[in-house]
Amino acid sequence: MSLIAFNRKLASFLLLFLGTQAAMAQTLPPATDEPELVEFDTAKTRSIAVPALVAPSPVDTPAGNSAALGRQIAEVISANLRASGVFETQGPNGLRVIGLPEVTAPQFGYWKARPVEQLVQGFVRVGGDGNLTVGCYLYDVGFGSETTRLGFNVPPRDWRRAAHKCADAIYSRLTGELPFFDSRIAYIAESGPKNKRIKRLAIMDSDGANHRFITNGQSTALTPRFSPNYKSILYLSYVDGNPRIYVYDIDAGRQRLITQSKSPTFAPRWSPDGQTILYSMAVSGNTDVYKISASGNGTPVKLTSSPGIDVGGSFSPDGRQIVFESDRSGSQQIYVMNADGSNQRRISFGGGRYATPEWSPRADLIAFTRIAGDFRVGTMRPDGSGERLLTNSWQDEAPTWAPNGRVIQFFRTAKGSGKTSIWQVDLAGSNERRLPTPIDGSDPAWGPVLP
Amino acid sequence: MTKNTIKMEALLLVSTAFVAGCGKKEVDTLPPAAEGTDYGQTPTADPNANGAGQITPGSQEDFLQQLGQYGDRILFETDRFNIDAEDQATLQRQAQWLAQYPNTRITVEGHADERGTRDYNLALGERRANSAKNFLVSIGVDASRIQTVSYGKERPSALGSDEQAWAQNRRAVTVTVR
Repeated sequence: MSLIAFNRKLASFLLLFLGTQAAMAQTLPPATDEPELVEFDTAKTRSIAVPALVAPSPVDTPAGNSAALGRQIAEVISANLRASGVFETQGPNGLRVIGLPEVTAPQFGYWKARPVEQLVQGFVRVGGDGNLTVGCYLYDVGFGSETTRLGFNVPPRDWRRAAHKCADAIYSRLTGELPFFDSRIAYIAESGPKNKRIKRLAIMDSDGANHRFITNGQSTALTPRFSPNYKSILYLSYVDGNPRIYVYDIDAGRQRLITQSKSPTFAPRWSPDGQTILYSMAVSGNTDVYKISASGNGTPVKLTSSPGIDVGGSFSPDGRQIVFESDRSGSQQIYVMNADGSNQRRISFGGGRYATPEWSPRADLIAFTRIAGDFRVGTMRPDGSGERLLTNSWQDEAPTWAPNGRVIQFFRTAKGSGKTSIWQVDLAGSNERRLPTPIDGSDPAWGPVLP
Repeated sequence: MTKNTIKMEALLLVSTAFVAGCGKKEVDTLPPAAEGTDYGQTPTADPNANGAGQITPGSQEDFLQQLGQYGDRILFETDRFNIDAEDQATLQRQAQWLAQYPNTRITVEGHADERGTRDYNLALGERRANSAKNFLVSIGVDASRIQTVSYGKERPSALGSDEQAWAQNRRAVTVTVR
């Protein structure tokens, strides 16, 4: 058992209430093959009320009083659902305090009159072992019926994860999409003047909480990627004066080069199974795409050989294909190849330059940066069709997918100052919002949903 | 020789000002180097100097003084990495200086402007640094004396977000290694 620190502490999320609801995962519909540019119709935005969770006989915990936690958990659920763009949330602020009996017997008449369509209620208990039991109930106010209920057992410090799991369950239940709130982001925290930026590797929850710096900024860090199991992070560091990719072990706090080479290596990516590392290497000035075993013992396999710049790349979710960028045609464009390097073919033909392709975890779309004057983030199908631009700013770059393939994060650079910030947007190009980071942020990389 | 070099640079600046808009290096006036860059462009600050105003032969300060303020770098067009006649002249002067100090080693730093994506710019910086290196080698500088490093868009020299700043940032800069 070697889960990473923040994972190990809460390895046991318990489904407390089985009843009519089997395990949450079984209630979710499978991802369809027909993603077809689904839009969240804003007219269908659902109103949902989230009063503070009830804390029967409140007690102090290392994370604060359980009554305060009940309110904070409701705040996180509310904020998660609101940020998804699918819900208009009310509460917990401005909503009346409910009592414990109400949690399982809602006053539907009251909520109908507010008016509100959906209702989330719950409780927080502190057990004899000091852990929290968080109960989370979703009701359809119009039908006056319970939709789902879930329970989670967490150490007090991980109360936010219980909130994310609850929000994920509600989101999945009401949208039919896979969950994504309970996941983490690796990114580069930036500070300092434009010509002397300090760039530090940092990690945080998908909503910006639980922020942690990993490197101290003495050497420039770039382009991190969480491993699929969150145990390690691939990233570029100038720690020895040259750009090189390292794999950083989060638990051990140690890092190693992915390959011993005198040539610069950059643009790292994991294969979906975490067994292979994709990267770019410049030899005598010419950059090509390579892959190597993540074990550290393998031999690099060169996948491209054009005299142009072949760089970046991202595996398809089944690991069989790789999308990458190349300027072999004269300008940066997006290409797809088989994972062994065969059958390389260009898929971007929309005019301008295309960069930073990133395959959706749902396999249906490829996100990219399009450079035609300004930098904009967009998506296209893996065959290059159905191009859609999602953002419109001076410089939006480097999309990364939410684990459910329905939301994209990217970073935005300000003209002039060079200040950077992390944003997210949905696939319709709506609900664009900035992620809170303690200092500037770039190169976001979204990890999978936590177990 | 020092005087001539400086004159040449001045002449170059005047002539480029006239052709701004069509030429490759459409830089009217070069601003002072960015603060905090470690190109050693403040000779008097060198603690190794032999007393006030003295510059150690073969040092970075000596390199910059003999080549002129921007004789340490060549500039490129967007996405390009070719060495044109002007670049060749600059690199020739660098090679002449290097011939005087055969024990001095150099690093060629390749840079890109901010209007490119991060990974591509790292690759582009590599290309530019290697272009400069290859030319220096072709005119007789021993390859073992030259290292390259790409900074992509991470270390701009000019801080603006306009064509003029970008033109200055698409560069390969030669730095002596002590």
